[in-house]
Amino acid sequence: MKHLYFNKYFKSASILSTVLIIISIAFLIIKGLNFGVDFKGGTLIELRNNDNNISISNIRDSFNQMNLKGVTVKQFGNDTDYIIKFQSPEVQSSTYINNLKSSLKNNLSASLEFRRVENVGPKVSSELLRSGVIAISLSLFAMLLYIWIRFEWQFSLGAIVALFHDVILTLGIFSVFSLEINLSIVAAVLTIVGYSMNDTVVIYDRVRDNLRRYVNIKIFELSNTSINETLSRTIITSLTTLLALLSIYLFGGEILKGFSFAMILGVIFGTYSSIYIACPVLVSLNVSQKTILREDKDKN
Amino acid sequence: MLYFSKIKIILILIISLVISYFTLSNFVKFDDEIFKRKINLGLDLLGGSYLLLEVDNNPVITQKIQSKSLELKKLMKEEDIFFNNLVLINNEITFSTDDKSKESLIKLLDDDDSEFNPYYPNFKSHEFDIFIENNNIVLKYSDYGLVLLKNSSLDQAIEIVRRRVDELGTNEPNIVKRGNNRILVELPGLDDPARIKNLLGKTANLTFQFVSQKKEETFGTEKIKYDGDDSKDEIISKRIIISGENLTDAKPSMNNQTNETVVVFNLDRVGAKKFAKATTTGVGKQLAIILDNKIISAPTISEAIVGGSGQITGNFTFQTATDLALLLRSGALPAPLEIIEERTVGPDLGKDSIKAGVISLIIGFTLVISFMIYKYKIFGFIANFTLIVNLFLLIGILTLFQATLTLPGIAGIILTVGMAVDANVLIFERIKEELKDENNKLIAFDSGYTKSRTTILDANVTTLIAATILFFMGSGPVKGFSITLGVGILTTLFSVYFIARILTSLYVVKNKEKEKLI
Repeated sequence: MKHLYFNKYFKSASILSTVLIIISIAFLIIKGLNFGVDFKGGTLIELRNNDNNISISNIRDSFNQMNLKGVTVKQFGNDTDYIIKFQSPEVQSSTYINNLKSSLKNNLSASLEFRRVENVGPKVSSELLRSGVIAISLSLFAMLLYIWIRFEWQFSLGAIVALFHDVILTLGIFSVFSLEINLSIVAAVLTIVGYSMNDTVVIYDRVRDNLRRYVNIKIFELSNTSINETLSRTIITSLTTLLALLSIYLFGGEILKGFSFAMILGVIFGTYSSIYIACPVLVSLNVSQKTILREDKDKN
Repeated sequence: MLYFSKIKIILILIISLVISYFTLSNFVKFDDEIFKRKINLGLDLLGGSYLLLEVDNNPVITQKIQSKSLELKKLMKEEDIFFNNLVLINNEITFSTDDKSKESLIKLLDDDDSEFNPYYPNFKSHEFDIFIENNNIVLKYSDYGLVLLKNSSLDQAIEIVRRRVDELGTNEPNIVKRGNNRILVELPGLDDPARIKNLLGKTANLTFQFVSQKKEETFGTEKIKYDGDDSKDEIISKRIIISGENLTDAKPSMNNQTNETVVVFNLDRVGAKKFAKATTTGVGKQLAIILDNKIISAPTISEAIVGGSGQITGNFTFQTATDLALLLRSGALPAPLEIIEERTVGPDLGKDSIKAGVISLIIGFTLVISFMIYKYKIFGFIANFTLIVNLFLLIGILTLFQATLTLPGIAGIILTVGMAVDANVLIFERIKEELKDENNKLIAFDSGYTKSRTTILDANVTTLIAATILFFMGSGPVKGFSITLGVGILTTLFSVYFIARILTSLYVVKNKEKEKLI
């Protein structure tokens, strides 16, 4: 394979990434995330309508008449499927979903099929949100620790910056397009953390190898060589992972759409950041053979 | 790295075959006890209801501290301890004493052998914390005492919930504790949980009390409304004749004379005696049947009921009578339950999800193996064979441990397919590099394996860390994802380092003279 000069774009890539991160953070602060019922609380109903005479606006009207707050009705995959979300009433009896079902069947059609009902109370949703945030923070911290143990702190820093980049950009895109954040997105983010780390580690391992081998080559050159040496692996693994994810996205059904989309974004960002974030950090920290030798000595 | 002893090869083969066998047991019927295992499908694939209930412990605490304060009063009178102004405020018992009694009081309450306030040496804590300022005493539940109380009320509640769910005859319900005040109820195959929610939402405290006739009652009176009709009420004597605890059985029945649906109940010996006495002296009086502080009915006693059984009338349908009988049989909950999370998936959606999951697995798998053959030719076959073994191992292990497979779990399997080739790719690429400077093919292959080992380990440990954290922090379907992802990494490492390596070494040793191997 041809030798490519990734390092030519280290500077411009850093600027691009910084800008993108700032935009993402701005969106996350100003617009925020579109939390689903898992994290916001409320009720979600997935409905299948087998009656051609009933339109989405019929369904919407019918729900609006029921004195519920914050009703949204959206098509979900097929033409016949709808997702309806609304805030749960403050005082709810154990029969409230059932009353709702029967009045809906009376208003519209008896052939409505309730495919899924989720009702998450405020206490549970705030707990789920908290444990999601804890899980993501904990995983970032664990990665930091692991890389610190396995490499020098400079590498640890570079890997974490790359991770933050991937997570923030993925969430940023979810914010820009108002895509729903639910429990499976947290799973996706954690997997992205794992995948991005995996990708970074492979390149870092090679950088460390090369640092041991070559005394006179500067880290700027050396990181480029390392990227090139691992490039075909980077491409193949990203491709096979993307192929798998794409097939989930296209054929895995509506429920996995958000999850697989987040993962696809994460794999793309993760691959990019291992080259254009993780390596430039090493360059700017001026990592040299000394860094590695000190570590080797410590180990002996 | 390329050399394998015969024993090692046989061992690897046996392990792989045995685990793969479990994969098959999902599709083929085996009669054998061990090989009958199947993967559990999560509620999102099977369809069913998931309910999270929270016990409201406040009434239990209040009740308990009330009875404790009565007990304390009695105890102090017996022991001749002076006390004054004993009151309950915010679930704390406060009173004052004098200097003389103080010492014996402290011995009574704060001693390690105290019967009133037991000491738990394991937790270095009494049931109650005692605060003494001058001669004012405050008794308050200690943190451990509170945990103990909550646990016992949760244990009772879970027992009652189990009885009620079992009575409904749902298919393999799963009822477990969550934390110290929650109960998780999973009901596979149930797509309409309305009835069960209705049953679990009731405490089912049943009492029989007289409707008050005179204004002055020794036990006091209270106004109680009728069930289903808020405008009607009765003044009820606070004296409880019998309660739900005295019931030994209850079932719905038809009253032949009135053609009404009723609930017939039997009483235990103590209950029968009390009931007989009350109905003998109370002929002509109205006896109210009260459930959860609402009057079901208040029939007039026409004759003494001495047989130890009776019937509850009320405007029952057969369904409501059945439910009431069920509630009475299963007993009262120690505290009210609130449903704080509910997720119900219909059976059709579950089937659709399985179909979509399997289709995307097949497509993803085909894409990945085609790509690998295109890229690596003969080594692509090796990698693909490894991948197939890997899938068998993964599903086999999930079956062996009877893990729960969820829709995100299927996604985890597909993702494993995509990521599992990574280890083989790392090795093959390293070998290619080694072949550039090394003429001896065997040495090149060997060092390719050796040199990529730490990288592969590091790279997989990171994903394993993420999966582990997700396993402990996640819930429900997401937990299923973390399981398949985590187990997938382990089976990947096994299949790459044993299966793929054996195949590679066999191939390389045979074809080492070939010009271009990989």
